[in-house]
Amino acid sequence: MMSTYDELYRKEWQWQEGDLTVTRSMQWSGPGCHNGCGLLYYTKDNKIVKIEGDPNSPYNQGRLCMRCLNLTESLEHKDRLKWPLKRIGERGENKWQRISWNEALDIIEANVRKIQKEYGPESICGMVGTGRNICWQVPLLTYAGFGSPNFGYSFLSGDSCFSPRAAFIAVTHGDFSVCDCSQFHEDRYDNPEYKVPEVILIWGNNPIHSNSDDFLGHWIVELMKRGTRLIVVDPKLTWLAGRAEYWLQLRPGTDAALGLGMLNVIINENLYDQEFVEKWTYGFEELAERVRQYPVDKVAEITWVPKEQIEEAARFFAQAKPGAIQWGLKVDQSVAGVPAAQAIATIGAICGFIDIPGSNIYIRDAYDILSSYGTGYEEFLSPEMRAKRLGDEKYPLKRMGVGPTAHADSVLVALETGKPYPVKMLWIQTSNPIANMGADAPRLYKAIRTTDFNVVVDLYMTPTAVACADLVLPAGMSPERNGYKTWWHPLRSTSKIVQYYECKSDEQIVLEVGKRLAPQNFPWETDIDLINWMFSRSATYKEDFQTLQQKVTDYQKYEYKKYEKGLLRFDGETGFNTPTGKLELYSTLFAEWGLDPLPYFEEPPYSPVSTPLKSKEYPFILTTGARSLEFFHSEHRQLKTMREFHPDPLFDINSEIAAEMGIQEGDWCWLENHNGRCRQRAHLDPALSRKVIRAEHGWWFPEMEGSEPALFGVFDSNSNNLTEQCQNGPTGYGAPYANTICKVYKATEENSLDLPSLVVTRKGGF
Amino acid sequence: MSSDRYGLLIDYEFCTGCHACEVACKKELNLVVGQWGLKVYQDGPRKLENGKWEYNFLPVPTSLCNLCADRVKEGRKPTCVHHCQAGVIEYGTLQELSKKMNEKPKTVMYSK
Ligand code: SF4
Ligand code: SF4
Ligand code: SF4
Repeated sequence: MMSTYDELYRKEWQWQEGDLTVTRSMQWSGPGCHNGCGLLYYTKDNKIVKIEGDPNSPYNQGRLCMRCLNLTESLEHKDRLKWPLKRIGERGENKWQRISWNEALDIIEANVRKIQKEYGPESICGMVGTGRNICWQVPLLTYAGFGSPNFGYSFLSGDSCFSPRAAFIAVTHGDFSVCDCSQFHEDRYDNPEYKVPEVILIWGNNPIHSNSDDFLGHWIVELMKRGTRLIVVDPKLTWLAGRAEYWLQLRPGTDAALGLGMLNVIINENLYDQEFVEKWTYGFEELAERVRQYPVDKVAEITWVPKEQIEEAARFFAQAKPGAIQWGLKVDQSVAGVPAAQAIATIGAICGFIDIPGSNIYIRDAYDILSSYGTGYEEFLSPEMRAKRLGDEKYPLKRMGVGPTAHADSVLVALETGKPYPVKMLWIQTSNPIANMGADAPRLYKAIRTTDFNVVVDLYMTPTAVACADLVLPAGMSPERNGYKTWWHPLRSTSKIVQYYECKSDEQIVLEVGKRLAPQNFPWETDIDLINWMFSRSATYKEDFQTLQQKVTDYQKYEYKKYEKGLLRFDGETGFNTPTGKLELYSTLFAEWGLDPLPYFEEPPYSPVSTPLKSKEYPFILTTGARSLEFFHSEHRQLKTMREFHPDPLFDINSEIAAEMGIQEGDWCWLENHNGRCRQRAHLDPALSRKVIRAEHGWWFPEMEGSEPALFGVFDSNSNNLTEQCQNGPTGYGAPYANTICKVYKATEENSLDLPSLVVTRKGGF
Repeated sequence: MSSDRYGLLIDYEFCTGCHACEVACKKELNLVVGQWGLKVYQDGPRKLENGKWEYNFLPVPTSLCNLCADRVKEGRKPTCVHHCQAGVIEYGTLQELSKKMNEKPKTVMYSK
C-alpha cells in the first residue's frame, strides 16, 4: 500500500503503522556515541523489528551511520548481560553467579558502609568512560550517594579528552566554542541569520569517523557542498584532508608549535581583525611578543610542515569571511595540550571569528540544564570533603573547580601508594579502562585489583569486569531507558520502549543505589522523577519529561554576538565571562596561579628531539587512538557485521618504509617500546610520514576466552601497553597518548610465543 | 529509452566512504556475511604530479540490488538513499537523474 512520505514520517512522537508502533527517539547510547541522532524505532511485542533515521530530526536529517543502522544486532546480542552477577571465583576467573537486584543492593550497601567507616567516603571512586549517557548520573551517585569527592574518568591520563580544551577556554573565553555548522538552528542551513563558513580549519580530528563532542562529522560535507573550503591539520591524509586546500601534515604532538607559527604569520602580516582585538581582547601585546619566539622557519623545523604551507594556510584562514575551527581530541593528547588549545583558539579569536554566524560560536547546555560532571557537586559535599578530591593538592585549576573531576593519574597513584589516602572501592560505570581510555593498561590492571570492592556496570562482560569486579550490573541500551541530552543543543529526549531481561537504565541504577546509601539525598520514586528534578534546577526550562518526550527535540533560539548583547557575563554587562571581561589572549588567571599565561610549545616526553638516544632504538613516532567507523572505543567488537568490515586491529605505516622492511598489507607486526608491546596488522598508507606509526586502540576479542590468562586477549593488541601514565602538563591536563615512540617488526611464530595477555596476567608484565 | 526505468545517481565528489549505505542495504535485503547489495570501492590515496591527492569512494550496486522494491512500493526512499550520511545517492527515473547529472560534475548513474 502506497502512503505519502508525510504519512510515513510524521512529526508526532508515536504512531501506529499496521501492526507496528513507530516511536521517534534519539540515540544516546549505549552502545556508545557522543551524538544523539534522531531515529525511528518500529516495535512489536516488546521487540524492535526495524530502525530508520528520522528525516524530521534537524540534527541528522534522516541519515545514520553504520553503527545505528546495525543497532538491532547489538540490542539482541546473545552475550549481553541480562541480570546482576556476583563473582564466585577469584578475580580474573570469570566465574559468576546470577543474583537478584535486591541481593546486589545488599552487597553494595554492606561494602560501601564498611569502607566509609574504615577509610572514609573519599576512599570510594566513581568512574566513567565516555559515550554513554552517564555525565550526570555517576557524579550524582558519587557525591550524593557515596559521599565522596572522587568522581572522574577511569584513568584517562591528564583527563586528556575535551577537558584540556574546556578548561583553558572556560578560563580565557568564559564559554565553550564550537564550529558553526548551523546545528543550533531548527531550520539549519536555511536559517536567515546563518552563514556558511568560507574556510574551516579542521585540527586534530577526523570528524567523519569520530563524530565526537555532539558534532556530526558529515555536517562538514554539507558545508563543502555549499562552498566551504578546508585546511586540515593531521598526520594522516583523511578523506577530508584529501579534499582540502591545505593539508598540514604535522609531527604528532607539535600542535602548539604549529598554532604559534600560524599566529606569527597572522600577527606579523597584520592579517588579524584589529577592531575586534582592540575592543574585545586582553593581552594582545604580550601575545605578539610571545609569537616572536616562534618564527615560521623554526616552527617548520619543529612540526615538519614546510614553511610556505604554514604561511599560506595562515593567510588563507585569516582572510576568510568568516573562518571557523573544528578542533578535536588530538589537541588534548600531548603534555602541551592546554597551550595547544590556547594557540589554536587564539588563531580564530584574533581574526574576530568569534560568535558570529559561520565562525566559532559559544554554546552552553540546552536551557542551562546542568548535566555535566559537576552535577550535585556543591549541594552534597561539605567544603572539607570537597577539598579532599584527588589531584587538587597538586593542580590549581583543579582546586579552583575548572573541570569537576578527580585527576585520573592522581587516583592511580593513590591506588598504588595509599597516598594521600587509600582508595578501597571503584564504581566503574560504562568504562573498560584496561581495554581503552587508561594509558599503561598493564599498570592499571595491577592497580584495580588492589581494592576491597569493585562494581562494574556495563552492557557486556568486559575484560575490566573479569579482571577486577566483584559485582557486575547490566545496563539498558538506548531504547531501554528514559533520558535526555543537554549536551549543547537541541534538548532531546530518549524514550524507553522495550525492556531487556533484568537490565536497568543508568538513571534507575544510580537512583536505586543512592536510595539505599543516602535516602535523604535521593527522594525520587522513579527515573522520570529524577529527570524532572534535573529539569527543575534550570531557571529557564519550565516543562517536564513527558512534554519533552512528545516534542522529541526542543530548540531555543540561538543568539549570535552574545558578547555585544550582554548575554555571556553573569552580571549582564557586555563582554566575556572572564576576570577582565575581555577575551583573554593572556590569561590573568593562569598568571595568578603560577602558570604560563600565554601559549607555548613543549616537546613530548619521548621524541627524536627530547630523547634522541632512545629514539634510535624506537625510530617511529607512535600515535594512538585513531577512530574507526565501526567501533566506539572498545565497544561493538561483539557484532558480526562490524567485524565483517573490520575484523582485526590495524596500524598504519608508510608504504615505502613497509616495503623496505618487508612488511606487506595485512601482516601481523609487533609495535614495541620501553614500556611494552602489542600486535596489530599492517595497513600500508602511501601518504603517511615515513617516521609515523598510527595504531588503533580499544581492541579486545569477545570471541576469545574471558578468564585469565587470555582475558579476552585484552593486552594482545593494546596500544596502551606502550603509553604511560603521570606525564601531564603543568595544569594537570594533557598526556602524550598520541605522541610516544616505538619500533615495528614482523610477528613470527618464535617471537609470538608469549602473548601480552599471558605476560601481563601471569608473568608480572613486560 | 523508456521514461519509467529507475536508477540511482551517485555524487562521488562527496562520498566519504562511510559505509553506511552498505549496512543499510544489508539490513534491508537481509544479507549474510560476505554478501552485498552494493559495495563501496576505494581509489587512492594516490599522489598526483601536481602534488594534490586522488582519493575517491564509489558505491556500486550489485546484482542483488532490487532498488529497494518493497520500500519504494510503500512510498519510502531506498534505504541507501534515505541513510547516506553525505546525502549523495538519489533515486529516480533515468530521465530525471540524467537531467541532474547534466548539472553536477563528478556523478555516476546506475540503471537497473
Ligand atoms: S553518529 Fe552514528 S552511532 Fe552516533 S547517534 Fe548518530 S547514527 Fe548513531
Ligand atoms: S537501492 Fe536498496 S537494494 Fe539497491 S543498493 Fe540501495 S539499499 Fe541496496
Ligand atoms: S553512505 Fe553515502 S557517503 Fe557513505 S559510503 Fe555510502 S554513498 Fe558514500
